[in-house]
Amino acid sequence: MIVHYGYRDGSGEYFISVDTDKCNSCGKCVEVCPQHVLEMITMLIDLEDKLVAAVTEEHRKKIKYSCAPCKPEKKPPCVIACQQEALVHTWKPVKP
Amino acid sequence: MSKEYWRWPEYRRTVPGKDWTKAGVITAGVDIGSVSSKVAIMTDGELYAYSIMRTGSSSPDSAQKAMNWALEGTGMKLDNIRYVVGTGYGRVNVPFANRAITEIACHARGANYMWGPSVRTVLDMGGQDCKAIHCDDKGKVTAFLMNDKCAAGTGRGMEVFADLLSVPIQDVGSMSLSVEKEPEPVSSTCVVFAKSEAVGLLRKGWPREMVLAAFCSAMAHRISELLEKVKVEKDFVITGGIAKNIGVVSRLENIIGIKALPRKEEFDPMIAGSIGAALFAKALYEKEAKPA
Repeated sequence: MIVHYGYRDGSGEYFISVDTDKCNSCGKCVEVCPQHVLEMITMLIDLEDKLVAAVTEEHRKKIKYSCAPCKPEKKPPCVIACQQEALVHTWKPVKP
Repeated sequence: MSKEYWRWPEYRRTVPGKDWTKAGVITAGVDIGSVSSKVAIMTDGELYAYSIMRTGSSSPDSAQKAMNWALEGTGMKLDNIRYVVGTGYGRVNVPFANRAITEIACHARGANYMWGPSVRTVLDMGGQDCKAIHCDDKGKVTAFLMNDKCAAGTGRGMEVFADLLSVPIQDVGSMSLSVEKEPEPVSSTCVVFAKSEAVGLLRKGWPREMVLAAFCSAMAHRISELLEKVKVEKDFVITGGIAKNIGVVSRLENIIGIKALPRKEEFDPMIAGSIGAALFAKALYEKEAKPA
């Protein structure tokens, strides 16, 4: 399952998408995030509890600001840390 | 006291012609949303009874009240229910639940039960957020996106407008469609600003149905933006309270160019999450009962 955390508003489109099938519960992305945007949560997948990466409730509505320090690099630390390629950033600010 | 135009009907229902005492396993799903609380009781994986009521300030109390109401008149007791799954915004505050599951999984599973395996996209328009969910033929979620950034595209926003214009909330949709010419949608995406914009339109002499049309249209446009990230694939269904608002649903269908499957007579679109939770309850009960 792909979980899109984030939003689209007048200022652009900002998402962190987690592929919970690819995520191997290692938690490396959580460790490397300087803004503490990510956390590991338990999800019920195929009737089994699995630990997967997620964006914290606190940051979901403001990732445009929370993730800004790691931009404009194409690959932020969380994406580099994930060997499973389970994390994808979508970053499309509207050009003024 | 002035009339409460925002107040939607709370009710309970028992599916006719069923005898719960003959059921093998009874499970329940409790969906505590930000605006409404729903309980579905299922016998052997088939809907038996449900209740829909307003969520109060306390989630545990709301869960208890909605459960008591669903049980009312059936002769069934809470003890007869083998497994209870809590879901929704207040899912961790359901005192009698065996476990909690996020509402995303429950909505997809519930929609799969209500409309069948052809459902691929579920749009849940709830009280305070809006979710777009992709699922497979088993009702398993393949992708999802939640918008809880503001109340403009949600049930609570609609309640505010019903109150502002003194139109009973059930009539908002049909009334908004009675306009001869479709107005421009209100430009504000925030419900607070949209409200002041609506007051301005009323002062300019706009009739109520025009203002409602402008608001329903704005809500439909906002939701269509959400659906750009998670594309709509057929079959498409809408759950949650706004599914009952034809003014938003028909405008949304026009924008995205895809029609949603019609509502099912026997199921209220608000109970999809609680049905899904009750089905998960059955699956989890059977899994835990099996010797490892």
